[in-house]
Order: sequence, then structure tokens, then C-alpha cells
Amino acid sequence: MTDSTVISVTNLVKKFGSFTANDNLSFEVYEGEIFGFLGANGAGKTTALRILSGLLTPTSGEVIVAGYNAKKDPEKIKKSIGYMCQKFSLYPDLSARENIMLYGGIYGMPKVLIKKRTEELFEKLNFREYGNRMIAELPLGLKQKLAFSVAVFHEPKIVFLDEPTGGVDPITRRQFWEMIYETADRGITVFVTTHYMDEAEYCDRISIMNEGRIVALDTPEGLKKKYNAKSVEEVFVRIARPVNNQPHPPAPSHR
Amino acid sequence: MKRFWGFVKKEFLHIFRDFRTMIIIFVIPAAEILLFGFVVSTDLKNARVAFLDLSGDEITRQLSEKICSSGFFRKSEDLLSFNDIDRELRKNKIKAVIVFEENFGSKLIGEGKAVMSIIADGSEPNMASLVTNYASAIVADFNNRLIQTSGSVNILVQPEVRMFYNPSLKSHFMFVPGVITIIMTLVCALMTSITITREKEFGTMEVLLVSPLKPIQIILGKVIPYFILSIADAILILILSWFVFGLPIKGSIILLLAELMLYILMSLSIGIMISTISKTMQQAIFIALVGMLLPTILLSGFIFPLENMPKGYDWFSALFPPRYFIVVIKNIMIKGTGFLYVWKETLILLFFTVTSIWLSIRNFKVRLQ
Repeated sequence: MTDSTVISVTNLVKKFGSFTANDNLSFEVYEGEIFGFLGANGAGKTTALRILSGLLTPTSGEVIVAGYNAKKDPEKIKKSIGYMCQKFSLYPDLSARENIMLYGGIYGMPKVLIKKRTEELFEKLNFREYGNRMIAELPLGLKQKLAFSVAVFHEPKIVFLDEPTGGVDPITRRQFWEMIYETADRGITVFVTTHYMDEAEYCDRISIMNEGRIVALDTPEGLKKKYNAKSVEEVFVRIARPVNNQPHPPAPSHR
Repeated sequence: MKRFWGFVKKEFLHIFRDFRTMIIIFVIPAAEILLFGFVVSTDLKNARVAFLDLSGDEITRQLSEKICSSGFFRKSEDLLSFNDIDRELRKNKIKAVIVFEENFGSKLIGEGKAVMSIIADGSEPNMASLVTNYASAIVADFNNRLIQTSGSVNILVQPEVRMFYNPSLKSHFMFVPGVITIIMTLVCALMTSITITREKEFGTMEVLLVSPLKPIQIILGKVIPYFILSIADAILILILSWFVFGLPIKGSIILLLAELMLYILMSLSIGIMISTISKTMQQAIFIALVGMLLPTILLSGFIFPLENMPKGYDWFSALFPPRYFIVVIKNIMIKGTGFLYVWKETLILLFFTVTSIWLSIRNFKVRLQ
């Protein structure tokens, strides 16, 4: 892990009408880091993730991703990131090979390179026998791994994972995280949102969002020490739950 | 550009691998053409007829009054010469022209016999046969009364029936334009709206939007295959109806294809519009079926003549584009008319196209919730 910054967010605000989804966020993510983005549903995680990936433009504040400004150059950001969403993002009626070919092509990779990397990938995943099968026929765990491999296939600087392990059994989740580690070791920054608190423990650093704000940001160890908790889950419950159970008050414009 | 074509190719793969899609695109059109070759019956109310009264005497006035007061017909106008007949029929406003020969009244009284013609628009065979049957019946009734009042047995109005545009009154001609319209609506509006919402449901749309592909490329990539297949489909229907029913294309094939492309473009943009307002495939299917397919079948004048509809429905049907397209292709294929006779409908279709493209762009949410 080096100290060069790949994501830099300063005073980010995103409003939908009168509702403030992201209230003055500021944080940095470093190259090769696994950055966990936690928060209850509706805390503003997804909005922040969409701004970082160029899908939404911020209302105000500065967002720099992979060296590009999210307001001015969202198209350039799109070329340097990978994305995997909570829903399953491969086409079930195309084979593994065809899916890879499609996404590789969309990211402008030359055919020869796509073919070469496909072979390497299948070798690594022991996937060769499945290569020409339709995605719909594959077990969920394999699909998940493949979806992740496709998201980093074009060697992006950053890969965004939006709740990537939803509905997967613990063993597959474990294997999935091994892939994430390996990817981070290659220097690809991993930005992951998750519900699972045990997964948060695997991250290098985590941020916890509540009501549109970042209420905590540190290493899992650091947070546990600060809140005198045994696990990240305890930290999360202490910070996020009490407010979350009450009806939403109107979001203040500034604190 | 290379990115884009890879994406188009993928869309073709989706289509060719899904046998249900293949059935909708290729089997249903053929089946419908063959099925609809047999007629659905309709009845007659207030059909507009024009009169060419070359005699202009008391008896022709009585007879035309009798025809118009029957409730089946309504007089639209008086024509002045034979040349007007074709022109008026092509305007699509009237269903038939009734012609009284010169000196009709004096011939009837003097010679006991006079001739009138009922010239119907054979491009709508159901309507044409109804019109001529009803008109002939009214004339027969007129004859009976004439015999009673005059006491003479040898007095007779002879109606001659003639069909314009489709002299042998082949009824399946009428259905070909209707089926083309239905299929184009089905394939374009329904299938595009399904294919786009499917990407939303699978979550692949999100991945595509995050990718360097531009939204317009995504939409075009999804639409181009359907555009190509729809044209192939229309040609398939035309060829089939030519071989099976011997239906010729009387007008310009180029004009016909151009109008087809316009209608396909319009249906596609309506399909895109539907997909921008629906979140799930079910929703898209529902909107496309109820909003597009039902009006195409029920309100386009394809099965149920527009003139028989209550006033409200008539206005309601004006909101749906298929009705105009049916007029356009019927005119071009069966009557062989040129662009001058269909420019109004073309303009309306163009308006629908532009509006739905505009609405889709406005609705196209890069934000997917």
C-alpha cells in the first residue's frame, strides 16, 4: 500500500430537491487500499458511490477520482474504474467468454489482449471447462467470481463493489475476499460497500455513514479502540443504530 | 465505434438465443397473416356517401333522400362529374359514390327503367360489401313502393354495383396492412421496452452506464437490431401475402418502405419511452400491451370501422398512431396512391416520433433507482 491518493473528496454535497443525500463528505482513499464504505440503508452510501463512479454529478464540493474531476470529466473517470453492483451483472444468456469479450470491447481493449487475458483468467480460476457455458447454467459462487474478474478485467485503477456478496454462502464469501486481496495486491484500489460487519473487518480502512454524513473513518482496529468495542459490528451499532430507528428528521442543511 | 458494434452484436445474440423472441419476431407474423386472411364481420352506420346526380329531378332527389334517411348512410357531398369519383374515394372520407344516369326520372317513367351505379371503395372489402348490400336493399324497397304507387309492374331502378381498387373484393387485402401494423407495434414497441427494462432488472444497465459507453450508444445499440429485424419482418409479411394471397403492391415500393421505416422508428421510440417509465419487465409488457397493442387492434379501424364508433371513441382513437399508419399503407399498397394522399398521416406519425423521442430523452434517467 502506498500513500498516493486515488480518490479525494472535499466537502461533497448532493441534494435531491430538499433532501440532502450526502451532507458535506470529505475523505481520501489511497492507492492499493481496500476501503470499506458502511452505513445503514438510506444512509447515502449508494449516492456517494454513484457520484464517485460518474453516474451522478455532485451538487457542490470537489471530487477527484483517478486524477479526474467528477464534475468536469466523468467520462474519463468511467474509463479508469471498474464496477460491480449488488445485482448480478453478467448476461445469463451469453457464455462466460462472450461476456468477457463484450465488457473488454466496451472498455476499448484490443481483441488479442482480451483473448490472452481470458485464457490467463480461466487458467487461474480453473474455469476452462465452463468458458463456453451460458452464465445461467453456472452456480452462484462461480458467477460472482466471474463478475468480479470481469469488473477488473481491463485493469482499472479503482474498482467499486456495491454490496458484492449479497446472498452468497460464507465459504464463497471467504473465497471472494481472497480475490479482493489479490486484486488490491496488484495495486488496484478496492472501494467496497457492505452490510456484513465481519467483512468490514477485512478492510484496510472503513468509513461509517449515517444520515448522509460520515460519522467515523479509521482502520477497524482504530475504531474498535476508540469506541471501546470488540468488533466493528459493535462500533456500528453504537454509532448508527440509535438514530436510525427513529423516524427521519428533516435533514439539516449544515450542522 | 468498435465498442459500440460489440454491443450491437451482443443484442443480436440475446435475440437469436431466446426462442420466445424468435417466435414473436418470425412465427407470429406468418401465423397472423394466414389467420387474418379470413374476415371478421362488421356492421354499418352513417357511412358517408357522395352523390353524382346527372339528372337532378324529383325522383333522384327522393331516392337519395331515402338512402340518406335510412341511418346507414350519410350524404357527404354532391359531385359534379365522373372525374370527381376517383379523387373523392382516394380521400378516404367516403365509402361509396352513388351515380344516377342522365334523365333518370323521365327514363324511369317513360321507359320504366333507369340505371344507377353504386361505386364502393374495395380497398376495405368488408365495408364495401356492406355498403353495396345495404344500398341495393334500399333501392329494392324503393322499387316496391314505386310499383305500389304507380300501379305499373314494369317500372324498375337497376342498381349496378362496382368496386374500385379491389374489383374482386378479396378481403384478406384489408388484413395485410392491419397485420403489418400489429407486428411492427409488437416487435418494436414491446420488444424494445422489454429488452431495456430487462437490463435494468438484471443490474447490467447500471454496469453499462458506469462504462465508457454513452447512454445514447446504449439506446442505439439496443434499438438497431430491432430496427433491422422489423424491416426484415415487414418484407417477410409482404412477400408472404404476395405468394399466398396474390396481393400486389400497387403504389411505390420505395414510398412504402420509407413509411414503414418511419413507423418502425416511431414504435421503437415509443418502446424506449415505455422503458424509461417502467421499472420492471412486467410493467413494460403491461404498458406496451394495453397502451399500444390493444389500441392497434381495437381502435385503428383495422377490425372495427372507425365510422361505427361512438363519437368519444373516435376521438380517443385519434390519439393512437396505428390508425394513421393503416391508412397510409392501405393507400399505398391497395389503392396505389402517392405521397400527396398520405402526407397528412405521415406528418402525424412524424409528430408522434419526435414527441416520444423528446419524452424519452427527458425521462432517461442516468440515475437508476
